[in-house]
Amino acid sequence: MSKPIALQTKGVTKRFGSVVANNNVDLCVHRGEILAILGENGCGKTTLMNMIAGIYYPDSGSILVDGEEVVIRSPKDAFRHGIGMIHQHFKLVDLFTAAENIVLGVDDGKKYNIKEVNARVAKIAEKYGFHVDPKKKIYEMSVSEKQTVEILKVLYRGADILILDEPSAVLTPQETDKLFDVLRRMREDGKSILIITHKLHEVMAISDRVAVLRKGEHIATVETARTSPAELTEMMVGKKVALNIDRPLPHDVRDRLVIKGLSMTDAEGVRILDDITFTAKAGEILGIAGIAGSGQRELLESIAGLHHLQDGSITYYNPKKDKPITFYHKSFERVMELAGEGMLRYVDGREFTGKDEQGRALSRKTICAQVEAGVILFKDDEVINLREKTPLQIRELGVRLSFVPEDRLGMGLVGNMDIVDNMMLRSYRRGQSVFVDRKKPGDLAHTIVHDLEVVTPSTHTPVRRLSGGNVQKVLVGREIAAAPTVLMAAYPVRGLDINSSYTIYNLLTEQKERGVAVVFVGEDLDVLLELCDRILVICAGRVTGVLDARNATKEEIGLLMTGDRESSDAETDKKEE
Amino acid sequence: MKTIEKRTREPLFHVVKRDSLPVWKGMLIRVIAVVAAILLCALLSVIMLENVDPIKFVTTLFDGAIGSQRRLWKLAKDTAVLLCISLAVTPAFRMKFWNIGAEGQTLVGALASVAVAYYLGGKMPEPLLLVLMLVASVAAGAVWGGLPALCKAKWNTNETLFTLMMNYVATGLVAYFLALWCPSNGSVLGRLDFGHLPVVLHEYFLLIVVTLVLTAIVYVYLHYTKHGYEISVVGESENTARYIGINVGKVIVRTMIVSGAICGLAGFLIVGALDHSITTTSVGGLGFTAIMVSWLAKFNPLIMVGTSLFITFLQQGCAEIGSAVDPSFPNIIVGIVLFFIIGCEFFIGYKLQFRKFPKKGGRAS
Repeated sequence: MSKPIALQTKGVTKRFGSVVANNNVDLCVHRGEILAILGENGCGKTTLMNMIAGIYYPDSGSILVDGEEVVIRSPKDAFRHGIGMIHQHFKLVDLFTAAENIVLGVDDGKKYNIKEVNARVAKIAEKYGFHVDPKKKIYEMSVSEKQTVEILKVLYRGADILILDEPSAVLTPQETDKLFDVLRRMREDGKSILIITHKLHEVMAISDRVAVLRKGEHIATVETARTSPAELTEMMVGKKVALNIDRPLPHDVRDRLVIKGLSMTDAEGVRILDDITFTAKAGEILGIAGIAGSGQRELLESIAGLHHLQDGSITYYNPKKDKPITFYHKSFERVMELAGEGMLRYVDGREFTGKDEQGRALSRKTICAQVEAGVILFKDDEVINLREKTPLQIRELGVRLSFVPEDRLGMGLVGNMDIVDNMMLRSYRRGQSVFVDRKKPGDLAHTIVHDLEVVTPSTHTPVRRLSGGNVQKVLVGREIAAAPTVLMAAYPVRGLDINSSYTIYNLLTEQKERGVAVVFVGEDLDVLLELCDRILVICAGRVTGVLDARNATKEEIGLLMTGDRESSDAETDKKEE
Repeated sequence: MKTIEKRTREPLFHVVKRDSLPVWKGMLIRVIAVVAAILLCALLSVIMLENVDPIKFVTTLFDGAIGSQRRLWKLAKDTAVLLCISLAVTPAFRMKFWNIGAEGQTLVGALASVAVAYYLGGKMPEPLLLVLMLVASVAAGAVWGGLPALCKAKWNTNETLFTLMMNYVATGLVAYFLALWCPSNGSVLGRLDFGHLPVVLHEYFLLIVVTLVLTAIVYVYLHYTKHGYEISVVGESENTARYIGINVGKVIVRTMIVSGAICGLAGFLIVGALDHSITTTSVGGLGFTAIMVSWLAKFNPLIMVGTSLFITFLQQGCAEIGSAVDPSFPNIIVGIVLFFIIGCEFFIGYKLQFRKFPKKGGRAS
């Protein structure tokens, strides 16, 4: 390369306790070059960039800018050397305009003149092909506009080395393309760009060279034109992996969960979910696509009974036809209620009414004995209304609804508790004793650790000490162990390495094969298209389309994600019949 | 192409997170902290007090705490009362419900006992009177603890402020009843003749046994029962609790009732076994010291036996050293020691990595 080296790291090492986040990393980026930093989650990409941007300080090693060793103790130092980082989470003041945010904290000794700033911002924007109005307030902006402001903020301060941390994570495919155009223009202008990502097709599309990190080590830097996704994957993972998801055709499909007209507003009165209608079917994986924060989380939480709904119905069809009723989760009162509705019969076909042939009421003891003996059967599938039921009531109704929430350690699990105690979350209430039984959860913990190959010192290790993939295996393992009939999973592979991700995909497919209705909220459209049977697209809390995953394209989904409903409205109605 | 205006130097040191330390090393750091604190205190006492040298400081400290049989019993008694109140605040703290109202909850417990003994003493057999006192104390404590919890559960009020305010109300109530009962005597209630707990072996023996049994009960309650498990889940993450269908409000109220009830029990013990009377300062700040005891023990009732003993030991020992000169001296010492103990936790979790000298490579001028 004839271009001069802009930034170089030499032997940079950073440890967090016993974890080596970066070990002896040497890499460099030239002027006028886009370098992709590729690696699985937890391989140390972000840590390395944070050291360059002055957020962390390296334990050892040095950083060189334009061939001279520099010391970067804070983001301010980084800016002084022309380094600017665009983080995944935006740091903007909602009530300020774009230009006000951009100029915030800039101390150039000049008098503050917003008109001048507006003009300068507009000039930079024009130069690189951004579409942004400097006078627009942040709260009126879409996610991609906010990202633009973040990039402008860095450029305004004169940065010529830009670091972007997973910039496409919050964008639709179309927005990503636009961003890439801008990045290419910056490259032509002589800027150096480091882009962190774990999406291979983006690496291939945008970068000049790729630096691959694995477990904190720099494996190699290769020229993009001379490599292939397969080779890069092998470098990332350290071994060959087959990157396809097995998708058997669904069989015995029938309605399991019917959602109609679901609407929800949050505490401030903002409508989060608006008239959502769809059906989750047994034996099928229903994918939910949408830009992050379009209501996916609230939708699943509403079904799980965690929110108060304004409107709509959630109907659950319990596949109990000709199966015996049990006390597994149901109370005696529930049995009598079902008898009153004429839902139950004896094995020999007589109706169970809670009375004997002479019309005298059977004693509680007799009925309990009959239930235990398994001679009372359901006549038909049970139909249960889940709206306005608490999670506990849902379980007491015998609805085996499993839910893998987005926030694993803040909702699905308790970080400070060990694996055994986390297993108990679902089952600790069982039995009349005032004491908890840790034996069965202990056995379950061992089974899950063994079957899902969870890497942990023991089942008594607090789950927060486990890596992201292992935490997720524990959570998914527990939810599947409850033998669900509906399994909802929100971003179950976020932050997971490739192998763990495929383990999770396989587990979901396995559940689908067992006749479970699987609902999968995902962010990677490629995965959604490969894994799911149908894809529901939502935008700003509204359903914009339901697509057959075997025929849909990424572009179609991308359009629906941004709310282009023109072509989709009719389709939605048709498919939801 | 770009000039860099100012060179920055590598920082003198930066903080690095440690691996999990072996238990003995952690203990060693804590012991060093305590020793260092005591040395500093000794030095301070030499400066501040006359006729004290560091050796004398340490010997007086031990002499004051355990120098005679009477002092040993006093140490055990004070430890027991402190431990009892510490046990009371622990369930709430494990739930991250910051109950700083143990003082008031204990005081109303004591007041309830005194009221029962004052009005009903002599009118019924002693055992029955004692049972009534116990029930009244526990109930009063439970109400005092339950009320802030109920408001928290219903309207999400701030429990710290609420429980703190309840302390003042409790003090006011005691002052009111004292004025009501003994208007002629300057509102000082004399020693009650009824409602004394029986003396077994020693006047403090029963108190100590009750507290130790209570320690075991609270430990089992927190670690092995469904209630205890729910408390931990609510404390760690309310979202998780809601997700698995725990009624968070119910757990908060129930746990604070338990917490308050144990405070009430402590109040009963103070009246029935020790004071046989009440003043507005009967609890004497133990409700606040208890917070420290519980926290130092990381909310583990078994370790709290040690931490309550340690704090009582310090207070009693220091009282011997400095009380003649300056009544606040013991507090200064306890403060210094606690500062060192809490501060050393930082060094257990992190270490400092200093800049390496000399640095290779030209960094001249």
